[in-house]
Amino acid sequence: MAAPLSVEVEFGGGAELLFDGVKKHQVTLPGQEEPWDIRNLLVWIKKNLLKERPELFIQGDSVRPGILVLINDADWELLGELDYQLQDQDSVLFISTLHGG
Amino acid sequence: MCQVGEDYAEPPSWKSPLAPRPRLGQKCVKCKESDPVVVIRAGDAFCRDCFKAFYIHKFRAMLGKNRLIFPGEKVLLAWSGGPSSSSMVWQVVEGLSQHSAKRLRFVPGVVYVDEGAACGQSLEDRAKTLAEVKQVLHTVGFPWHVVSLEEVLGLPPSVLRYCPREPAGTEGTYKAAVDNFLQQQHALETQGAEDSCGPAWGQEEQCWPQSQDPHEPLSPAGFPPAAQTEALCRLFESVRTLTAKEELLQTLRSHLILHVARAHGYSKVMTGDSCTRLAIKLMTNLALGRGAFLAWDTGFSDERHGDVVVVRPMRDHTLKEVAFYNRLFAVPSVFTPAVDTKAPEKASIHRLMEAFVLRLQVQFPSTVSTVYRTSEKLVKAPREGCAGGPEGPRCLLCLCTLDIDTADSATAFGAQTSTFSQMPPSALQAESGMPAAPCHTVGPGCCWKACGREDDRQTQVIQQLCYSCRANMKDLPSMDPLPPYILAEAQLRSQRAWVMQEIQEYLIEDSGDEAETTQS
Repeated sequence: MAAPLSVEVEFGGGAELLFDGVKKHQVTLPGQEEPWDIRNLLVWIKKNLLKERPELFIQGDSVRPGILVLINDADWELLGELDYQLQDQDSVLFISTLHGG
Repeated sequence: MCQVGEDYAEPPSWKSPLAPRPRLGQKCVKCKESDPVVVIRAGDAFCRDCFKAFYIHKFRAMLGKNRLIFPGEKVLLAWSGGPSSSSMVWQVVEGLSQHSAKRLRFVPGVVYVDEGAACGQSLEDRAKTLAEVKQVLHTVGFPWHVVSLEEVLGLPPSVLRYCPREPAGTEGTYKAAVDNFLQQQHALETQGAEDSCGPAWGQEEQCWPQSQDPHEPLSPAGFPPAAQTEALCRLFESVRTLTAKEELLQTLRSHLILHVARAHGYSKVMTGDSCTRLAIKLMTNLALGRGAFLAWDTGFSDERHGDVVVVRPMRDHTLKEVAFYNRLFAVPSVFTPAVDTKAPEKASIHRLMEAFVLRLQVQFPSTVSTVYRTSEKLVKAPREGCAGGPEGPRCLLCLCTLDIDTADSATAFGAQTSTFSQMPPSALQAESGMPAAPCHTVGPGCCWKACGREDDRQTQVIQQLCYSCRANMKDLPSMDPLPPYILAEAQLRSQRAWVMQEIQEYLIEDSGDEAETTQS
């Protein structure tokens, strides 16, 4: 049983428009059986933070191509992408590089 | 491209047959010491410092290699507030502030176009954006021009004309210009040391308006008159498809930037198109029927205007690199919603192509670079036998030389184009077997001189467009809301063609060459 985690989720480059224009979200992820990874986080974001048009942010079980993910200001490709296990106080940033956000 | 894995002599530890994935805990490929923060190209991990050096070098190399921008030349940076152009402006800020030998030596200015009206933004939102924009511009410290898109309504028709530039610079003249500039600067610096004044360009900067452009509209809130905003909104609302809307916005924006550049004596305009954006643009433009102009639309330099050359120094940087650089080094940018913000993926050709290229890129990481390298290889020389050349007919909207294939009249469009662009409707009527134009009708009672009529206006504009612009204009139900300068220039050009036709019979034609010149 993983303990609840407090992480900072941030959106930029226009992605924040799908989240009521709010860029920074300090969120607490509830404790659950399996450890929190980015894959679970995306499901959680879709359920709890995303306000509209989920297809513009999430495709399949990952983010839409053109949206970059930074974990603690480092490329998620260095950290295992969807399989990265979140730690307490991590910051996850999603930057849209798509035209018009 | 295919040697990436071999070059860096890393054992093929990855098992995935797809993109090589960096291993956890690896070091920067450059310095082999620091922890990497970003993966660029296929699997190369860079640390923060090496990434910065790599990024800056790429920008300088792009300018250095092309040798297009002469020292002391006035260069207008087209800044939209978005990530790529913001990064470009900051590269120039950094390049000019350094006192190294590799310092950039041109004289920059920044232009920002407020497109709020076209994107349906409220005045409050526009004011908020503008405040942010001006704050960034103050930090940058270059002379700046903030113009609103409404100003296209007041542009002179001459914007649409080609202005030949002074003799083109060659390798030799570039070197001479650099030497000359260095000498001048040296002289000024020694003189400046005596007078205890700053370096040359610092002095010059003081003479420039630091605040608003004289072309800035005069309304108290800093916004153009409401009637103009309304007119522009009407124009954009009347466009039936998002694709055409996007194209129209690009066209009007480029005319406005060209006008600002000419009015203030800038001979180069820099835009922030990144390599990802250019790859998408190349595919989009192919789909839009702009294949003939790909070299101009996506190449490093674009000389279609003659006197003002558009250059794209960010064309080697991917959007990922840009986004990471801006984030890691806190480059200020201003996010403004565009016409296609929140639009579904299939809303326009632009959107669809973007999604297509980026999705392909996920599976095949060389997609963008492959498409982009293609754009580098395109040649600008007009096709042989086409009515090209600097004086040839140009598209009224995109200002490209009309690539009319006079020899190949086998295609329907070839027949249509050559008939329409070279003959005024009066001649068309006389012709019995006239092909039916798909996008307009020339009424039987059409009188060429009565230019106020809707049909004629439509004809005048349409017949002076390239294939792609014609297709776009089909989505515009009426030409009336178009800015006056476009309609005026269309009328002028067709009247000129008509006069040419009228006096044709009085001209002595003795050779085929002459007939050709009168036609163009």
